[in-house]
Amino acid sequence: MIIENSEVILSVKDLTAEVGGVEILKGLSLEIKAGEIHAIMGPNGSGKSTFSKVLTGHPAYTVTGGEVFFKGQNLFDLEPQDRAREGIFLSFQYPLEIPGVSNLDFLRVAYNSKQKHKGLEEIDAFDFDDLIREKLEIVKMNPAFLDRSVNEGFSGGEKKRNEILQMALLEPTLAILDETDSGLDIDALRIVANGVNQLTNPDNAVLMITHYQRLLDYIVPDYIHVMEGGRIVTTGGKELALELEARGYDWITDSEPVEVGAR
Amino acid sequence: MSLQVTNLEAELKEPISLVSEGDTPSPFRAASPTESLRDRTRYLAQLIAQRNPLVGSDWLQSIRDRAQNLLRDQALPSTRDEDWRFTDLSSLYRTTFQPASAATVTDLDAWTTSDLPIRVVIINGALSAEHSTLDVLPSGITVQSLATTDETIQPYLSQQQGMNEVFTALNTASFIDGVVIRIAKNQAIETPIHLLFLTVASDVAVVSSPRTLVIAEAGSSATLIEEYGVIGEGTYWTNAVTEVFVADNAQLKHTRTQRESATAFHIGKTAVTQARDSRYALTTLSLGAQISRHNPEIVLTGIQTETHLNGLNLAVDTQLSDTHSLIHFAQPHCVAKQLHKCIVNDRARAVFNGRIEVPQAAQQTNAAQLSRNLLLSPKARVDTKPQLEIVANDVKCAHGATISQLDDEEVFYLQSRGLDRKAACDILVKGFAAEITEKVPSVELRSRVLKSILYLISNE
Repeated sequence: MIIENSEVILSVKDLTAEVGGVEILKGLSLEIKAGEIHAIMGPNGSGKSTFSKVLTGHPAYTVTGGEVFFKGQNLFDLEPQDRAREGIFLSFQYPLEIPGVSNLDFLRVAYNSKQKHKGLEEIDAFDFDDLIREKLEIVKMNPAFLDRSVNEGFSGGEKKRNEILQMALLEPTLAILDETDSGLDIDALRIVANGVNQLTNPDNAVLMITHYQRLLDYIVPDYIHVMEGGRIVTTGGKELALELEARGYDWITDSEPVEVGAR
Repeated sequence: MSLQVTNLEAELKEPISLVSEGDTPSPFRAASPTESLRDRTRYLAQLIAQRNPLVGSDWLQSIRDRAQNLLRDQALPSTRDEDWRFTDLSSLYRTTFQPASAATVTDLDAWTTSDLPIRVVIINGALSAEHSTLDVLPSGITVQSLATTDETIQPYLSQQQGMNEVFTALNTASFIDGVVIRIAKNQAIETPIHLLFLTVASDVAVVSSPRTLVIAEAGSSATLIEEYGVIGEGTYWTNAVTEVFVADNAQLKHTRTQRESATAFHIGKTAVTQARDSRYALTTLSLGAQISRHNPEIVLTGIQTETHLNGLNLAVDTQLSDTHSLIHFAQPHCVAKQLHKCIVNDRARAVFNGRIEVPQAAQQTNAAQLSRNLLLSPKARVDTKPQLEIVANDVKCAHGATISQLDDEEVFYLQSRGLDRKAACDILVKGFAAEITEKVPSVELRSRVLKSILYLISNE
């Protein structure tokens, strides 16, 4: 939802970044305010996933220029774990499997890292059990998944649900959903989208990265940005998705980059 | 970096050796054996000459004497011996040890666990009735001091294959006592039996020779936990031998944890004979000692046996941790599964040699061995060598080895959930170890072992 004069959560200006010596982001600018849902669409290789990795501090990506402020803080002053503790969450396109580590332990350690960061008391196993069972409801996950190793042997849909479970637990200010819809059947997509919708509120924001307009039927964005060649080349409302679905990207990518984030 | 090798019915002559970055020679590799054959012969003779006397029966004495004769003019091994190629014992040979005598201790709290009430404590190689809880033994099991046991164990003691190996024979020639455990026919003992082998260390370097004999009679079932450790500080050497007989259709779950101090030397043999239809599972956790070597040797004398070996060697700092296992098949329809893991940090080194022998008679054998190794630093090193010797032609034998470092993507995934790098690495190492540690049949011991692992890998 677009709220007048709400707080700026993420401000990105002229961001450039490279991976393995190849420049991927070439001057990306974007502003996200509290309460808003943004979607970034664009063809393969346009830099969408790179953007999500740069925001979360993946070590393989090097920022070469521009600036990013998160809740007024210079994001690049923060280590990946501190970005997470401050409220940035990335739902991975390909969630990793961690054999031998129980999902329950993993979730509790993650939760307590944030509690500790906020100067709050860490939660013990019993209280955590109550808390996590509440959160399981949001993504309709079977409690049996808590006792299994993190994502090990999970189906694609179960992995994505586990990501949203983590989001529900960590209550981020900015949730970045990197192709959370890819590879999901329609039932799983509904559950995941429904989960995300329950978690949005006027104080947080969501940045969705997707190939497919389908997701936007379930999580309705306030803004849609089209990325091409490492930049945002056009921005519009939710109706832009329908046009993209009908006409493809070519009609946009030929045009000039525009100033984005402007109201 | 990750390396996967999978071969069927093959003998790998050369071990897979990998340092995680560049080809930095390890300090152990660089050292050539400094002790000559004469030095090593003299060293062994000296150990035998100064051993403590046995206060026991004549037949037990004669077993010691036989081993003593066997060792006459023999030498302890050097890296020129194939079996010791990667494990240089020069620093052991440069240390003068006194034989450890029976001793008493006041505080065992660091080693006892409340969920293991049946405790048998062996201090400096002698059974300590005072610290053991022999009064709570369930019926169907007897625990005796080796020195005072009767001749009924004569068909078992020092009768297995591999008893002539030099360190095993040295133990036989040197033991002053030990423990004999017998699980009676068709008895099922639910509570694990906790065997605690402790050395009392001090300024004087001591060597102890703990000796254990376990007889699981036909149809019996039991759980055994052997734990090796220390009270006090100082250099010491544990030269342990445990012999296990698993009779027809018996079942034994066996755990062996070695958490000696960083100044210790540990050499151990677990010699197991499995009769027909028996099931045996051994979980080994080797975490301590500056140099440690463990030889689990399983001989399958009957048909249709089942064997599970799960092992973890952890080596940090300049530790060297070596496991040489042997599974010898002799009869048809036997199954063995082995998983061995090594975690190596700093400049430490781990060695795994997994030998599986399948002679002509052992048709329908089903054996699988997997060696998985985690290198945590650029100078860490592991030498792993599957060694399958297969003569029978109708068998299923698989082996594989992987060597890897912590996965950056996994570390990042955890960091993106708010864990700092160290916490992320800890959780990944714990996850790697869990497949082995979860087999430990005591919640308290399991958590102690995990704590030790995390402490050791993070101790800069």
